[in-house]
Amino acid sequence: MNNKKLTNEAIGIQSHRLSKKEIEDNFTDLHPPLSAIEALIEADRCYFCYDAPCTKACPTSIDIPGFIQSIQNDNLTGAADKILTENIFGGMCARDCPTEELCQQACVRNDHEEKPVEIGLLQRYATDSVLNNGVQLFSRKENTGKSIAVVGAGPAGISCAHRLAVLGHNITVYESKDKIGGLNEYGIAAYKSTNDFAQQELAYILDIGGITIETGKQLGKQINLEDLQQQFDAVFLGCGLATVNKLNLDNENISGVIDAVEYIANLRQASNKDELMVGKNIVVIGGGMTAIDIAVQSKLLGAEQVTIAYRRSKNIMAASEYEQTLAKKHDVQIQYNVSPKRLLSADNNVTAMEFDIMQSQNDGSLMASGENITLKADIVFKAIGQKLVTEGLIENKSLELKKGRIVVDDHRKTSLAKVWAGGDCVLDGDNLTVSAVQDGKLAAISINETLTQGA
Amino acid sequence: MADLSSNFLGIKSPNPFWLASGPPADKAYNVNRAFEAGWGGVSWKTLGEDPHIVNVNGPRYTSMMSNDRRVIGFNNIELITDRPFQVNLKEMRQVKRDWPDRALIASVMFPMNEASWAKYIPIIEDTGVDGFELNFGCPHGMSERGMGAAVGQVPEYIKQATEWCKKYATTPVIVKLTPNITDVIYPAEACLEGGADAVSLINTINSIMRVDYDNLTMFPTTGGMGTHGGYCGEAVKPIALNMVAEIARNEKTKNLPISGIGGVTTWKDAVDFIALGASNVQVCTAAMVYGFKIVEDMKTGLSNFLDEKGMNSVQELVGKAVPSVTDWKYLNLNHIDKAVIDQDKCIKCGRCHIVCEDTAHQAIGYTNEGGERVFTVNDDECVGCNLCVSVCPVVDCISMVAMTSGADPRTGKAISPQASDWTKHPNNPLRVL
Repeated sequence: MNNKKLTNEAIGIQSHRLSKKEIEDNFTDLHPPLSAIEALIEADRCYFCYDAPCTKACPTSIDIPGFIQSIQNDNLTGAADKILTENIFGGMCARDCPTEELCQQACVRNDHEEKPVEIGLLQRYATDSVLNNGVQLFSRKENTGKSIAVVGAGPAGISCAHRLAVLGHNITVYESKDKIGGLNEYGIAAYKSTNDFAQQELAYILDIGGITIETGKQLGKQINLEDLQQQFDAVFLGCGLATVNKLNLDNENISGVIDAVEYIANLRQASNKDELMVGKNIVVIGGGMTAIDIAVQSKLLGAEQVTIAYRRSKNIMAASEYEQTLAKKHDVQIQYNVSPKRLLSADNNVTAMEFDIMQSQNDGSLMASGENITLKADIVFKAIGQKLVTEGLIENKSLELKKGRIVVDDHRKTSLAKVWAGGDCVLDGDNLTVSAVQDGKLAAISINETLTQGA
Repeated sequence: MADLSSNFLGIKSPNPFWLASGPPADKAYNVNRAFEAGWGGVSWKTLGEDPHIVNVNGPRYTSMMSNDRRVIGFNNIELITDRPFQVNLKEMRQVKRDWPDRALIASVMFPMNEASWAKYIPIIEDTGVDGFELNFGCPHGMSERGMGAAVGQVPEYIKQATEWCKKYATTPVIVKLTPNITDVIYPAEACLEGGADAVSLINTINSIMRVDYDNLTMFPTTGGMGTHGGYCGEAVKPIALNMVAEIARNEKTKNLPISGIGGVTTWKDAVDFIALGASNVQVCTAAMVYGFKIVEDMKTGLSNFLDEKGMNSVQELVGKAVPSVTDWKYLNLNHIDKAVIDQDKCIKCGRCHIVCEDTAHQAIGYTNEGGERVFTVNDDECVGCNLCVSVCPVVDCISMVAMTSGADPRTGKAISPQASDWTKHPNNPLRVL
C-alpha cells in the first residue's frame, strides 16, 4: 500500500478536472426519492401477492406487500414499522440493496409487463418518512441486567445491538474507526447514500438507548475476544473484512496502485469531492460491486478512461447485470477474461498494466492463452476482495475459521459458547448490507434466547 | 359507420349523448361550448320559481379518487339554477335558435301546487325548448323544501305533478327519478299513470364523502358545517343500470322510454345503459371531471362498436340485454360452472388462492416446490362463484367454463341438460309442483 496522500499533485497526474458544481450534480441520488404522488401511484401497482415472492426473496423477510399497502392507505408509520421491525437498516437497504436481484427480481409484475414494482424506492419513501419526522417506533423492554459486547459498528453489529437493546439488554459496541456505520459510512457508493444518510439512520437507531459506543477500539489492539468473553454475557462479532487482498505482483507498492476500498472510504469522508485525486486513465482490477463502485465514481469525478479488468467471463462476474449496465452507462469499459500479469512503471509511478488474456477450460479453470494486452494506467485500483483480520481472534484456538471466515450455524452462533458472529466476517455470506442486518438480527434473537433461558 | 342520430320521444339529436341537467348546462356560455364540442343535446340546469334560489359559496363538490387521482365518485350540494329566471329563458331561446338540430330540454322543479306549474310551464315552453324534464330527484337542499327527491319519493306526488305538467305542456314530458327509494318500479309506474312520456334516471344518491381527518368534522364543510350531498360519477353506474333494467323489464313500464343517467363516462357505459333499456344517455359528472371533449370518444367508440356488432343504428341496440335480466328465482340451478386458470397467462400472484381460501370455497390450491408457484382449481370444491375472476389482475387468465357432461365432482350429481330453478326446487316450500 502506498503511503502518499491521495492527491493528483502527490502522484503527479494531470487529469481533467470537473467543476465543484459538476461533481455535486454527479453525486446526487442515483435513484431520486419518490414524491408523495409518485409513491401512491407506484404503491397502487402492487398486487399483494399471496406468500409474496418479493418477501421470500428479501434476506430480512420484510412483509413487502404489507408495507406497500400501508403506503397506499396513507399509513406511512405503519409501513415503516413493517420494514424496520424486520430490518432496522431498511432505509439504507432501500438505497443500496441490489433489488434487481432480490425483491424486484421476484415481483410478478415482471411476468405481467416486465416492469416490477419499485419496491426499493417505496421502502425508502416509507422509512424516510419516520426518519425525517423523528417518529421513534421502538422502545426498550425492562432492563434484563445482561450485557453484550458487539465488535464492529457496521450493519451487522448495529442490527444486533438494536435488537438486543429493544429486548432490554445493555450493549457496548466497539468500533476501530472514528465513526460508526462500517461500510454504510465508508463503503457504499456516494450516490447511493447522500446527505450523510448513514449517520442520520444510525442516530435514529441508537436513539432508543441502551447502546454504548466505543470508537477507536480495535480487536487485537485495545480489545480482545478472550477478555470480552470474560466481561460480557455474550459477544457478537461483526468486524467485517478489515484488510484487502493483494495482487501479489512484484512492484505492487509503486505509486498509483491503490486499494479501492481505501479510496472509496476517502471519497465518502471527503467534504470537498473536487479536491480528491482523479486519474486520467484508470484500471480497476476486480469483478464485484466494489469494482463497479470505484469505476463509476471515478467517472463521476472526471476520469477520462476507466476500464474494469476482470479475470473471468461476463456471466460469472459477481457484479450483477444491472450493475454492469450501470457502469457501461457511465462509459466504463469492462474487459473480461484478463488476468493481471505485471505493472509497468516510470519513476516509481505506474504507467500501464499488462494482462494475460485467459481462456476458460472445460473444467471451469482458467488458463493463459499466451496472448497479452496492455492497458495504459496512471491509477490502478485494486478491488479484488477483502480479508478477515484475525488478530485478536485466532489467539482463541477454539473459534472455528474456514476459508479465512468465521464459521457460524443457522442462529449465527460460532464454535464458542458465548460468541455469535455475522456480516462479511462469516463464512458463506453474500457481502450484502441486507444480509449483514439479518445476521445481526438472528444473532440477537439467539443471544436473547440463550441469556433468558430459565430466567 | 353506424347512424348515431337519436329520436327520443320525437326529439331529434345528432347523437344520443346529452348533457344532463346540472352545472355544465348552467348557462348559454357552457351550452354553446358543449354543442361546439359535439354533444347531441342538453337538459338545461333546473329552473325553479322566480325569484331564483341561492347557492352556498363554499365547497359544492367533492370527489372520491384513486391513488393516481382518478375520480371514481363525485358528490355535490349545488342546488338548482341560481340565475334569474328571465335570463335563463332568454338564453335558452337564443341557444335553441342557434342550434336547431340539438335537443334542448327544460329541467324544472316546482312546488306541489298546480298554480306554479300553470304559471311557469307555458312561459318556459315559449322559448322553443323540445321538452321538459321534471326534477324529482335532487336529494339535497331542495328536498328540504318539499321538492326534488321529496316528490320523487312519493309515487302519488309524482303522478300528481306529472299530470299538472302534462296539462300545461304541449311538448314531451320526461320525469327524472331519484334512486333514494326502495323500489324504483313504484315511482316509474306513477310516472306512467301521470302521463309521462318518458323517465330519466338516476339522479344522485344521498351521500357524505368522508370526514376531515384533521378536524374530525364531516368533509367538506362550509365554514365548519356540512350537509349531505348527491353522489354520482362512475361509482354509481351499477345502481343506475339496475334501476333502468328493472323498469325496462317490468310488464307495466316496459314500453316507457328511458333516458339513462348515472356515471356515464365512456361509450361502454352508454352501451350498458342502452342495452339495458335506455334510448339515450345523459352525462354530467364525466364532463365536470374531464371537460366537454370526452364526447368525441363516446361518439366514435359507440359508432365503432355498433359497426362491429353489425348494427346500423343506436335503436337496434336498445334493450338488447333486457331479456337476459330476470329474478334470482329463475336462474338455472342445474347449470354448473368451474373456474379454469390459464397457466400460461398466470403470473402467480396468488390473489385467486387467498381470496378463495379466506373468503369463499377453498377451491384454489397452492403449491410451491423450489420456488415454482402453482395455483390450481379444485373442481371438488369450486362452486363457480367468479370471485377469482373478479380479483385476477390478468385479462382472461381465469375463466368460468360450463360443464356440459358427466357429473359435478363437488356434488356427485350428473349434469342435467334440463334447466331447473328455485321455483321447482325441493327445498323451496313454495315450489310449484
